[in-house]
Amino acid sequence: MAMLEIKDLKVFYGMIQAIKGISFEVNEGEVIALIGANGAGKTTTLQTITGMLAPKSGTILFEGQDITKVPGHKIVSMGMAHVPEGRRVFAELSVFENLKLGAYTRRDKAEVAETLERVYQSFPRLKERKNQLAGTLSGGEQQMLAMGRALMSRPRIILMDEPSMGLSPIFVEEIFNIIREISSSGTTVLLVEQNAKKALAIANRAYVLETGNIVLSGDAKVLMNDESIKKAYLGE
Amino acid sequence: MTFLTHFINGISLGSIYAIIALGYTMVYGIAKMLNFAHGDVIMIGCYAVFMSMSSLKLPATVSVAIAIAVCTVLGIVIEKVAYKPLRKASPLAVLITAIGVSYLLQNIALLVFGADSKSFQSIVAIPPLRLAGGELVIPSVTIVTVILCIVIVAALLTFIKKTKAGQAMLAVSEDKDAAQLMGVNVNGTISLTFAIGSGLAAVAGVLLCSAYPTLTPYTGSMPGIKAFTAAVFGGIGSIWGAFVGGILLGVIEIMGRAYISSQLSDAIVFAVLILVLLVRPTGIFGKPIHEKV
Repeated sequence: MAMLEIKDLKVFYGMIQAIKGISFEVNEGEVIALIGANGAGKTTTLQTITGMLAPKSGTILFEGQDITKVPGHKIVSMGMAHVPEGRRVFAELSVFENLKLGAYTRRDKAEVAETLERVYQSFPRLKERKNQLAGTLSGGEQQMLAMGRALMSRPRIILMDEPSMGLSPIFVEEIFNIIREISSSGTTVLLVEQNAKKALAIANRAYVLETGNIVLSGDAKVLMNDESIKKAYLGE
Repeated sequence: MTFLTHFINGISLGSIYAIIALGYTMVYGIAKMLNFAHGDVIMIGCYAVFMSMSSLKLPATVSVAIAIAVCTVLGIVIEKVAYKPLRKASPLAVLITAIGVSYLLQNIALLVFGADSKSFQSIVAIPPLRLAGGELVIPSVTIVTVILCIVIVAALLTFIKKTKAGQAMLAVSEDKDAAQLMGVNVNGTISLTFAIGSGLAAVAGVLLCSAYPTLTPYTGSMPGIKAFTAAVFGGIGSIWGAFVGGILLGVIEIMGRAYISSQLSDAIVFAVLILVLLVRPTGIFGKPIHEKV
């Protein structure tokens, strides 16, 4: 059984259909990349999975449970975290307060402290700046904070939306290393990226979205050598 | 000595404005809307105290507790019925609705309690404080008002800084979607904010009517507008702003009335507001507005 299963999902923005009936699945332990051009519906897909948007029809199954109609704020405590596009850290709160909000639904204080230590280990920069307001961090640091914040809920699957967007090449490298680490620590990853090359390099499998439809899918290594993908997304 | 008396009166009136302004500022901070019915919630709180003391003959403390409960529930109901369906509507639609709710509450009060003014019996039954050999007399309600205001502000600041619900409020005020991703129930948080603001409105109403003991369906209207002014003055969305703005406004109003002109006191208050907004459009504690990229 797939960990996350999307069946015939259709999403509308008013009269405009953004997602035209897509189906895909994510198995436990995988890194799945969702690639595609701007406006293909990648962000919409993630937002629908975590309840920020309501689908017109279709089903979302998480660990066998239908979560299509579960209110957005109840998703994270089920074990699914979402690092949103544009990072969306709480700029006027400190790094520490942001991380604490990541564990908002957890009641086990001692274990939360343990998770916090682990996040600080993975992101030493965040520890150095724990009392700084999140709004004063650089773009790359904010991305780390957004990822650390999501990890604070101890998710079994983490959805990441364009984590490398707008970052300098050094930070892009670092962010992808962190994604690799998150994956190797046992967390399943669903990654949305415009940087198809990088995404395919770390993914097991990938789906290619084009104007609301999945047009191609398969093993990431195979897709990387696909002529149409090379042309459209890898700039070769 | 008269100067000191006026000054103390100003701080006391300002404390009431501050307590009301907290309601405006918290609701604005979380729900990004101006709840113009807030002043009328005060009036309902006053009637609740009045009715339970004069008709039901309940003791003052119980009556105040009832008023707080009534206003808290009223605040939650107003939000659910009138504002929640408009969560995604234009700010103008919400503003007009809020004005509508304000008139609705006033007219319900008119219908139920009549237009004649009720004389409110002060709930603070402690003898006044006499200082400087009896030259400076401070009414007990003044002392209670100022102390309560400070306690409320301190409690709110602690609540927001130290509790999970408080941190959730800050998160919602900054980014509703991101807060929801953290597992924060955004609707629940907005409800809680209305509940706290309206409960405070009841407290402010009781203090207001204890100091100025005439109660009509329009009692809440003017203090409501002035407290809103105070919130803008201090920087809307900021708790410190509501506190400082409220106190300043109260002092300016009483001083203006005493030393310049009693007829012009309201005009002076609003003139000061206009001046402050010309120099600092975001108010004293307001943060400069960042353009989102």
